Amino acid sequence: MKKILKISIFIFYFLFIGFSLIFHLESGELIAQNFLSFAFSMLKIVPVAFVLIGLFEVWVKRETIEKHLGDNSSWLGFLWAILLSGTTVGGLYVAFPIAAVLHKKGAKLSVIFTYLGASAICRIPMMIFESSFLGIKFTLVRLLVSLPLIIISSVIMGNILTKTNYAIARH
Amino acid sequence: MLILYLVTVILVIISFIINKQKTIKALKIAIKKFSKIMPAFLTMLILISIVLYVFPQELIIKYLGIGNKYISTLIASLIGSITLMPGFIAFPLAGILHQQGVPYMVLSAFTTTLMLVGIITFPIEREFLGIKITIIRNLTCFAIAIIVAIVTGFVFGEIGI
Repeated sequence: MKKILKISIFIFYFLFIGFSLIFHLESGELIAQNFLSFAFSMLKIVPVAFVLIGLFEVWVKRETIEKHLGDNSSWLGFLWAILLSGTTVGGLYVAFPIAAVLHKKGAKLSVIFTYLGASAICRIPMMIFESSFLGIKFTLVRLLVSLPLIIISSVIMGNILTKTNYAIARH
Repeated sequence: MLILYLVTVILVIISFIINKQKTIKALKIAIKKFSKIMPAFLTMLILISIVLYVFPQELIIKYLGIGNKYISTLIASLIGSITLMPGFIAFPLAGILHQQGVPYMVLSAFTTTLMLVGIITFPIEREFLGIKITIIRNLTCFAIAIIVAIVTGFVFGEIGI
C-alpha cells in the first residue's frame, strides 16, 4: 500500500514536470531545474562513494574496525572519526551510508554519531569556503562550539542506545 | 573532486590486481546498495526541488533581513533545517545576507542547521540508521545549532549579558 502511494507520487510528480515543460508552466520548470541541478551534483559523488564503500566492505577486516572504533576503543576512535569526516565529500547523504557500513563492521554508536556530526560541520573544503565568505572568526566559533557538543551528545546518545540494546536496521 | 575519482579508479585497479573475486564482490555490493537506496534519493530530490521552489533565495533574504534578531534566528534555524543547499550556494548567500546587515547569530543558525539538521534527507537517513536514531540525531543537532548561534551572538557582541 505504502509502495503504491509512493510510486503514484513519483508518477504524478514527473507528469507534472512533463506537463509544465510542454506548456511552459513557470513553477514546474523551476522545480525541474532544481531537481536536475541537485540530481547532477549527487550523481557526481554518490556512485563513487558506493564503490569505495564496497571496497571497504570486502577489504577491511571487522577486527580492525572493532579494535579502533569499537566498544573497547579509546578516545582515539573519536579522533579517527573526526579525521575521516574531514575528508568526506558531498554532505550528510554521503556520510549516512559510510556510517552504516562502519557500524556494520563493528564501530560503536558514539563514534558513528561523532562521525556523522563532524562530517556535517568540519569538512575541510567547506570550512575554507565558509571562512572566505563569513570570516575566519565565524568559522572558528562555530567549530569550537559545535565539535565538543557533537562529541558529548554522541557519547551520551551512544551509551543510552547501547544500554537499551538498540540495533540499527541492517543493510 | 577529480582527486576522488582518481583515487577510486586507482583503488579499484589495485584491488583487482590483488584479488579479482573480491573486487567483483565489492562492485556488486556497491551496485546493490546504490539501487536499494535509489527510491529514497529520488524522494529526497523531489522534496528538495519543491522546497527550494517554495523558499527561493529572494524570500530567504527578505525574511532574514528584517525584524527582531531572535525571531530571525528562529526562522533562520527552521529554514536551515528544512532546506538543503550545497556550500557553494549557501555561503555566498550568507555573505549577501551579512552585507545587508543580518547579524552573525542569524547566519550561524542558518548555516549550522543547514549542515547538521536534515528534514529533507530524512528518507535516506531512516534507510541507513533507522527511524529512532534519525529523530534523536536531528533533534539533538537542532539544539546544538541553536547553542552555536547564541554563542556566536555573544562573541560578535550582538547580544549582551
